[in-house]
Amino acid sequence: MGYTLFYLSAIVLIPIAALFLRVLEKVTWEDFWRLATTARALAAYKLTFGASFVAALVNAVFGTILAWVLVRYRFPCKRLIDALVDFPFALPTAVAGLTLANLFAGNGWLGRYLVPLGIQGAFTPLGVAIALTFVGMPFVVRSLQPVLEGMEREVEEAAATLGAGRFRTFCGIIAPTLLPTILTGFAQAFARAVGEYGSVIFIAGNKPFESEIAPLLIVIRLEEYDYAGAMALAVVLLVISFALLITINLLERWASHFQH
Amino acid sequence: MKTDTDLIRRTRAGKARQGIEEAPFVRWLLIGVSLLFVLAFLLLPLVNVFAQAFSKGVLPYWKALVDPDTVSAIKLTLLVAAISVPLNTLFGVAAAWAIAKFNFRGKALLNSLLDLPFSVSPVVAGLMFVILFGLQGFFGAWLDEHNLRIIFAVPGIVIATVFITFPFVARELVPVMQAAGSDQEQAALTLGANGWQTFWHVTLPSAKWGLLYGVILCNARAMGEFGAVSVVSGHITGQTDTMPLRVEKLYQEYNATAAFTVASLLALLALLTLGIKTYLEWKQEREYARAQRVPSGLRT
Repeated sequence: MGYTLFYLSAIVLIPIAALFLRVLEKVTWEDFWRLATTARALAAYKLTFGASFVAALVNAVFGTILAWVLVRYRFPCKRLIDALVDFPFALPTAVAGLTLANLFAGNGWLGRYLVPLGIQGAFTPLGVAIALTFVGMPFVVRSLQPVLEGMEREVEEAAATLGAGRFRTFCGIIAPTLLPTILTGFAQAFARAVGEYGSVIFIAGNKPFESEIAPLLIVIRLEEYDYAGAMALAVVLLVISFALLITINLLERWASHFQH
Repeated sequence: MKTDTDLIRRTRAGKARQGIEEAPFVRWLLIGVSLLFVLAFLLLPLVNVFAQAFSKGVLPYWKALVDPDTVSAIKLTLLVAAISVPLNTLFGVAAAWAIAKFNFRGKALLNSLLDLPFSVSPVVAGLMFVILFGLQGFFGAWLDEHNLRIIFAVPGIVIATVFITFPFVARELVPVMQAAGSDQEQAALTLGANGWQTFWHVTLPSAKWGLLYGVILCNARAMGEFGAVSVVSGHITGQTDTMPLRVEKLYQEYNATAAFTVASLLALLALLTLGIKTYLEWKQEREYARAQRVPSGLRT
């Protein structure tokens, strides 16, 4: 018990406190505001949050379909696909970025067909969204699967006997039950995407104002020995991650209300 | 009159079946969409890693593998994992035990603090340790006086990795331990076992699969961490480059084959992790099924 608290504070709490302390000590409020809202930083936030939102949305839609198919239907290779869903969690992000950049580049397996159609996947903002979709993929599927398995089919049967069509049953009964869980998965994928660094820098091209994400800008400031600039950006990201963490906790509580 | 109601009943029954199952067309459409999504986003990237690594044949692959800088990166990655995984395993067991078996004030807070490293961006995590131990940092001057280096050296990489992989074991263990309940421990205590004996012979064995699962996830992340390690490592080739950092450096040197060679080792690690995970799940399912069967066998 004491060991748990000691280790927790040494590894997690003290470093976070140190970051906030340093900012309070070294950076005035005006400086902080100026550093955190430079034009370049604003462009980076816009890309980070925009691409994370798109990626989480794609994952919410396809993740729901995938979870549904994995729980409800039988088809060949089902076990293999179920195991593969965790692949983005197990694969180091640098490897993910490397292989995705290669796939979507002009001579890659997918880029070969997509680039002539005008779809530039590598070294563009679209690439950022692709990488973020990959890293956030398991969240929606994994949070939805147990809920789908635990759902009582009697309710659907009752709706059907009362004359509701399948589409109406889905909209009226299944969708509202799943929605809180889908939102939880969406928020988790979004939170993960906002902080993601490794996979994105391989595929993004990293041009300032165009395809530069906020975590990369922190690294660049650090390499310029601009500690105040790096810390200001880090505090912004950290506060947003805390807000997202609280949101996820609230969503989880809401979702668990639905299940009992 | 009678046939009419039969007909109505039959159409109703047909409708009811339709009502809980989608039309075959919809079903195959959904399966098709899922398979396409998995193929494009999961299978293709995986196959591509190995295809690119071996694109010039086996010999260049081998040459890239035995490059001294790559070998030192592999060694460093193994060393970092060998230190950080046991540390976090020890902590994970202690934290999960405290959360699952005891009631105390601030338990909910502790539970959510555990998740903190998951939600902090790896780059921000790296920066926090630069602020603590870097030359400009809180302990920087003191460390410099005593000639100790943490940032841009191996200790910094280990600390950053410990931070990032901190929640894995505890996260996997808490639900397993909670599900097991504390009845068995209480029985052991009444039979005269002391705290340690209870923990070793009752608590730990019942949670062993969850523990193993947490450890392999922790290990996979420890070996693959990029963002946080990249900030604190300093990128000194042959000294502070881990395998993921080596991948990036080779890629920036336009040495794609070598980059994919190192990447293929990491992808292999990911596959191995998934394989062990699937095996553990299967094993757990079987053990659960057997546990369900035994009592009825005893009864007859």
